[in-house]
Amino acid sequence: MSGSKDSRGWKARVRLKFWQGFLLGLLFVLWYVLTSPTLLPPIYFAEPNQAAFFFGEPLKVAERLWRWFASGEIYVHLWVTLVETLLAFLIGTVLGVIFGLWLALAPAASALLDPYIKAVNAMPRVILAPIFFVWFGLDIASKVALGVTLVFFIVFFNVYQGVKEVSPVVLANARMLGASPRQLLRYVYVPSAMSWVFASLHNSVGLAFVGAVVGEYLGSARGVGYLIHQAEGFFDMNTVVAGIVLLTAFALLLDWAVGVLERRLMVWQPRAVETERT
Amino acid sequence: MNSAALALESIDCTFGSREDASQRYTALRGATLRVAKGEFVSVVGPTGCGKSTLLNVAAGLLSPSAGSVAVFGEPLSGINSRAGYMFQAEALMPWRNTLDNVIAGLEFRGIGREEAQARGRDWLKRVGLAGFDKRFPHQLSGGMRKRVALAQMLILNPQILLMDEPFSALDIQTRQLMENELLELWGADRKSVVFITHDLEEAISLSDRVVVLSAGPESHAIGDYTIDLPRPRDVAEIRLDPRFIEIHTRIWHAMKEEVLKGYERQQRQ
Repeated sequence: MSGSKDSRGWKARVRLKFWQGFLLGLLFVLWYVLTSPTLLPPIYFAEPNQAAFFFGEPLKVAERLWRWFASGEIYVHLWVTLVETLLAFLIGTVLGVIFGLWLALAPAASALLDPYIKAVNAMPRVILAPIFFVWFGLDIASKVALGVTLVFFIVFFNVYQGVKEVSPVVLANARMLGASPRQLLRYVYVPSAMSWVFASLHNSVGLAFVGAVVGEYLGSARGVGYLIHQAEGFFDMNTVVAGIVLLTAFALLLDWAVGVLERRLMVWQPRAVETERT
Repeated sequence: MNSAALALESIDCTFGSREDASQRYTALRGATLRVAKGEFVSVVGPTGCGKSTLLNVAAGLLSPSAGSVAVFGEPLSGINSRAGYMFQAEALMPWRNTLDNVIAGLEFRGIGREEAQARGRDWLKRVGLAGFDKRFPHQLSGGMRKRVALAQMLILNPQILLMDEPFSALDIQTRQLMENELLELWGADRKSVVFITHDLEEAISLSDRVVVLSAGPESHAIGDYTIDLPRPRDVAEIRLDPRFIEIHTRIWHAMKEEVLKGYERQQRQ
């Protein structure tokens, strides 16, 4: 019985993957047909290859990606961007967790700093990039700093909220069982806040990339953001789109890695149970 | 009663905001409760009468506005380390499996993991959950979670058990099973118990003594009844005993007025 149920679930998953892939293929075909200079008569644009100029062409984008990897010229840029992203992600997360725990457990400090935290969070922090260039130079440090400012607040607010939402009964129970304040932190607050941290990590993966790429875009000599910026200078839309596709793929990869880590560490969480039709 | 395991004397408990006096709420006024060594005392009263507040004071989770708390003759300050507490709501740590939940208290006391786990497994067996070590709380039924909570409390061998409607969320059959098991575990070494409930039948079938609180606010004890039913008892069978019915009728007469008062007050709100 369970075997047939498993295979049915497996079939449903395969079917879903197929349709997801089909949608992707459809988008590419649509993109190809609408931007090809020869296939359709110009509907909106006056010149036949103007659509290709604005939106790039899928085959040329693919070719660009292929040449990047075949010639190996992309690796140094990709490496720089990934290092910036991962460093921003890690540093921002660690700082966010530490400050989140601290402020959530120290009401006086939290009350004192509240307006400042709100102000810094409301500030459009991307404009800090030029200041970071002055402070940290044009190397990776300034990009990491920008990414950290973006990641930090997401994780910080989630940890803060997570600590505030610790069940008072679980807390009282741990105290009755003899937990010291330190043990409460380690055995109750931190594990309880972890589910919030993971929720925030999925959001902050993308923002770590934003920090790295925008930083490169504004001033650097290496990185995928730099490549995109250069290509824009020549109106080379195919390279710009190729860069975007590459970044998206790696952001998805990192998000997937976070998901794997989450499933490993959060085994205790109840998952939605689905009933199956027989 | 100098040798009382737990003595709450003239406890006042007022909650509320300092700024707005009209928001103040006095849950307890002059509440007194004494529990002798090895005595099983139930506290009953209408909803919202401050039963849980009284228990939190005894646990040291709440310090009273006035009055004194003594544990085995010594004034209580901070958490009552000689007491175990079983909560009405879910109190297990959802991120720890059954065994890790049971041994949490031992871990907090710095007892080695191997010894703690051996003792934890023994306790899981005693509450009928042998082999369930690796399950997480959300994978257990409500009754099983209560058993884990019971083991988690008893593994520390507290001298006083404070129980706040621990079985109220369970269906009636599971509940009677748990009550019988509690009586059996308690009978083995007779700790002092304060058992909070709104169910008079549960109170009588378990206890040596039943204390009735008045309807809130400003609750206090208005009745104190000794239950002279023979032990060991079976909670399902004892309810049919004529003596049980006699006691029940007597206490219910005293309680009825308070229950109605509490009900009216809720209706008005």
